[in-house]
Amino acid sequence: MRVVVDLETCQDHGQCVFAAPEVFHLDENGKLGYVPEPDESLRDAVEEAADVCPLQAIRVED
Amino acid sequence: MPARIVVVGASLGGLRAAEQLRAAGWTAEIVVVGAEPHMPYNRPPLSKEVLAGTALAGSVMLRQRPSVADAVWLLGSPASTVDLDARAVTLADGTTLDFDGLVVATGLRPRRLTDDGHVLRTLDDAIRLHTALTARPGTRLVVVGAGFVGCEVAATARRLGADVAVVDPLPLPMVGPLGEQLAAALLTRHEERGARFHLGRTVTRFERHQVVLDDGTVLPADVVVEAVGSRPNTEWLNGNGLDLSDGVLCDEHLRVEGLPFAVAVGDVARFPNARYDSTPRRVEHWSIPGDTAKHAARTLVASLTGAAVDQPAFAPLPTFWSDQYGQRLQAIGAPQLGTDDIRILEGDLHGDVIVGYHRDSRLVGVVGLGRARATAATARYRMVLSETGKRIATDAGSRLGHHTRLGQ
Repeated sequence: MRVVVDLETCQDHGQCVFAAPEVFHLDENGKLGYVPEPDESLRDAVEEAADVCPLQAIRVED
Repeated sequence: MPARIVVVGASLGGLRAAEQLRAAGWTAEIVVVGAEPHMPYNRPPLSKEVLAGTALAGSVMLRQRPSVADAVWLLGSPASTVDLDARAVTLADGTTLDFDGLVVATGLRPRRLTDDGHVLRTLDDAIRLHTALTARPGTRLVVVGAGFVGCEVAATARRLGADVAVVDPLPLPMVGPLGEQLAAALLTRHEERGARFHLGRTVTRFERHQVVLDDGTVLPADVVVEAVGSRPNTEWLNGNGLDLSDGVLCDEHLRVEGLPFAVAVGDVARFPNARYDSTPRRVEHWSIPGDTAKHAARTLVASLTGAAVDQPAFAPLPTFWSDQYGQRLQAIGAPQLGTDDIRILEGDLHGDVIVGYHRDSRLVGVVGLGRARATAATARYRMVLSETGKRIATDAGSRLGHHTRLGQ
């Protein structure tokens, strides 16, 4: 599974962090970071993260 | 007839419902009915990037899961009636659809004060308002209503160079959900950027190119925006004996008055939140369509396939946000339950600030205002809020109800 976040679109809401904390995090300046190739076992959480992104900036590939 | 679920409403709630029906195991037909001609799109950018003209209309279309590629979309014709006994819905263009299961996702429409003012709910509304605001430099805008939509329109219009006046009968903008301190800080940020507020005032008359207030003030107005709340789209459900007094009354699993074959999602649904109490309320936050769709789809698929409803009562953790002048207001939990005991947790009201709302000395809601750093700091309180939610809730009813109406 591959995760792509459009960081131009991302506005650092952080909703994805709660849906999939193993994959997404906000640093102390509030900027998003993420694991681009998370384990397949996290698929449900990652899809949930993509759903709850207010900017729809998260894409799940494969 | 093959098994069919009809989803009435093709916005975020309708799309998420279709996706979640598939995720819950529904493999038969899904038909989604939409009043607007557009495929589902994301509404938060309408009052910001789309209104500002920095985002193209196409960029707000919602991405769909591959699982709903075979759903049938009937767009541009709203449902006009439904017969729940016969399980058939009729559209305005005369099409009749039989169904096994029904998802009510028809959302809201803006409350209107005049026939010719602007409102902001749909993509077409946003494009029309952008055109009106940019027709010539220094357009004079009057915004009626200082809630979420009114404040965001005011902020975006200032960035477009419009001359902006905001009118509201309450003493501060967004004071219902935020309480006085933070609402006052928000007012200051607006005024520093040149928006003028006429608070504690109501509109007496709309006249050609001007608006007259109850104290006699005359505001020049090339453009008027009405941002005075919404009404649920439930007329098509009339005649079935349902309680439609404020949206569609649902049980704790989002079934329409307990019916096994009908659920409701999004801001048209009036449901109890088990995190707080048993009082059903409508909630107009962006997160609600997704939350309700997931729960309602599981309920409906279980019911239609003869399985037990095997999930706890619906209990979402509320969140909402608003972006104004490049600053973000981020709320988690239920701040409106704790406006009698407000404390600054971090920062100060003139800069980035995190405010805590307490009930019986317990933190029930947190709101951050400021730059991205404030959003991240606010998010750190989410865990504690999600744990305290259940314990505070017994007597919170009327005030939460008050908020969900104001917090539009």
